[in-house]
Amino acid sequence: MLALRGERLDKTYGAGDNRVVALHDVTLGVEAGEVAALLGPSGSGKSTLLTTLGLLQLPDRGSVWLAGREVVVGGRALADLSALRRRQIGFVFQKANLVPFLSALENVMVAFEINGERGRVARRRALDLLGYLGLADRADHRPDELSGGQQQRVAIARALAMSPPLVLADEPTAALDGARSRDVMLLFRRIAHERGTAVVVVTHDHRVLDAFDTVHEMEDGVLAPPRAQGRPLTTPADPPPP
Amino acid sequence: MNLAYLDLRHQLRRFVATAFGLGLLFAIVLAMGGIYRGMVEDAVVLVERSGADLWLVQRGTRGPFAERSTVPAVLEDRARAVAGVAWAHPFSSFTLEPEHAGRSLRLTLVGLGWPDDRGASLGVTRGRALERSRGEIVVDASLGLALGETLTLGDDPYRVVGIGAGLVASGGDPLGFVTHADLERIQSYLAADARRALPPGDSDSAPSGAQAILVRVAPGTSVAAVRARFASFTDVDVYSQSDERSFLLEGVVDKARRQIGLFRALLALVSGIVVSLVVFNMTVAKTREIALLKLMGARTRLIVSMIVQQALLLSVLAYGVAFAASQVAFGLFPRRVVVGAEELAGVFVLAVGIALVASLAAVRRALQIPPTTILAG
Ligand SMILES: Nc1ncnc2c1ncn2[C@@H]1O[C@H](COP(=O)(O)OP(=O)(O)OP(=O)(O)O)[C@@H](O)[C@H]1O
Ligand SMILES: [Mg+2]
Repeated sequence: MLALRGERLDKTYGAGDNRVVALHDVTLGVEAGEVAALLGPSGSGKSTLLTTLGLLQLPDRGSVWLAGREVVVGGRALADLSALRRRQIGFVFQKANLVPFLSALENVMVAFEINGERGRVARRRALDLLGYLGLADRADHRPDELSGGQQQRVAIARALAMSPPLVLADEPTAALDGARSRDVMLLFRRIAHERGTAVVVVTHDHRVLDAFDTVHEMEDGVLAPPRAQGRPLTTPADPPPP
Repeated sequence: MNLAYLDLRHQLRRFVATAFGLGLLFAIVLAMGGIYRGMVEDAVVLVERSGADLWLVQRGTRGPFAERSTVPAVLEDRARAVAGVAWAHPFSSFTLEPEHAGRSLRLTLVGLGWPDDRGASLGVTRGRALERSRGEIVVDASLGLALGETLTLGDDPYRVVGIGAGLVASGGDPLGFVTHADLERIQSYLAADARRALPPGDSDSAPSGAQAILVRVAPGTSVAAVRARFASFTDVDVYSQSDERSFLLEGVVDKARRQIGLFRALLALVSGIVVSLVVFNMTVAKTREIALLKLMGARTRLIVSMIVQQALLLSVLAYGVAFAASQVAFGLFPRRVVVGAEELAGVFVLAVGIALVASLAAVRRALQIPPTTILAG
């Protein structure tokens, strides 16, 4: 099943001379358990696509399906988008965006708090996640006591807290060196394959592309047809539900 | 895990310092109310401890607490003859500043209706009420006189035989109680003194009679019925104890009440602005964190409650400081500060109200933060 589908998405910023077409007729699907890369030059619309698929902004036209349910149609929301983000989408960005005065554990627990889950169970699950990401012994450290790569892994743990079916990452390794960058990409791959999560990662880094099942390339707001990598994939271009 | 608390934890010192400062503001709000209550209680001490049910005053006046009132001395006997009257005494008082032990005292002297009224209802805490018709005085403790000390009033010595607490005139001056005859003696001595100092013919006539006659209604008799009987006295007006009480409060205290009320309103406003600024700044300082919460899909309710909780905590902490200050410091004030449970509850409600209103600006601001703020750098 497609975990995520964007169909015929258009997004234009500004007007007149400042008019920028950030997305033009973009259609894209990602399966559960698939890890997809989104590649393209600066300004090609990758972040715009990611925030649109992540329900952080509405497209001018087009639809978004989440786990088979149409949540945006004709550029309008059909559901409570915050609630969908809260439960169904994990975000990771270039900067870890951790809360500086909270420990690694507390940063992960924020995601549970937002969903009204507190107490021992939330704490246990946050600790498990940190363990899963190899940070068990860093749970009580504050972000400024962690390396960039560790901070980014805490951010990933936070994104995974509610076990969302979809994780979106915008240049999550831009601030990391080559080896760390590769580790993080392989981590996304592991998450997708082990947990059945659909993962979309925006990246500039061609050296890590072998970590991905699919690579999508964007240019000037237009998405090229996907290239499959490594393993065979079902075509992402399944016809949308009527 | 509470987000409001976690946010405060890393800036606890600053937060507590702010709460302390705000607490002092609240303490002033509390003190203002207490000072007003103290004034009210002080103002009515005389009326309440006189034990009188009815006040006969000069026709066309509202009695000695509102304006000058003189009634003839014989009125006392006429009043006593009315059915249902237990006792009737003259009431007079005036303020003087005698020299004593090298310093100048200021006190308001009141004449008691000897021999029925010796000051038993004054609540003397040390010594006793008057026992002799001449040369004894009961004073308020704030005068700083000791039992047995002798005070010269007019031309005669008066021995301090009793000391009471909270015996003050409506203006806050300590009271002294002598027999009515002694009071008249002192008064005429001082008047004669004043006449000697003035050119002849330019003086007030010497006072005669009393300022009012106090009447106590016999047990089992209705005050209203006795009051109605006095209606036939064409030369006096008659007022109840509560009438006199309200004259006092209207006159002296009402202006003070309005002034203090104005001050309190201003202070409440200032406190509100302080809470508002503090909470607003705390919110602006967490713009990124709030954007992050929104991006992660946090409910509006969660963000609003985080801000409101912080404002409430600030206010309640400040209230705690104000409460502590009221318990420790208010007793040291020169005039009586009366802070009752009602006042404490009132200021608590005010503190909570201020916090809620003051959060509005911060909440508005927080709701305007776009979640995508987090994506920009
Ligand atoms: N909020 C905005 N207002 C106006 N124009 C915008 C806005 N956001 C993006 N754009 C424009 O839309 C286009 C696509 O931007 P986007 O951020 O999606 O590119 P990107 O592929 O993520 O680039 P980069 O690799 O540099 O992050 C750019 O030309 C950009 O200037
Ligand atoms: Mg971008």
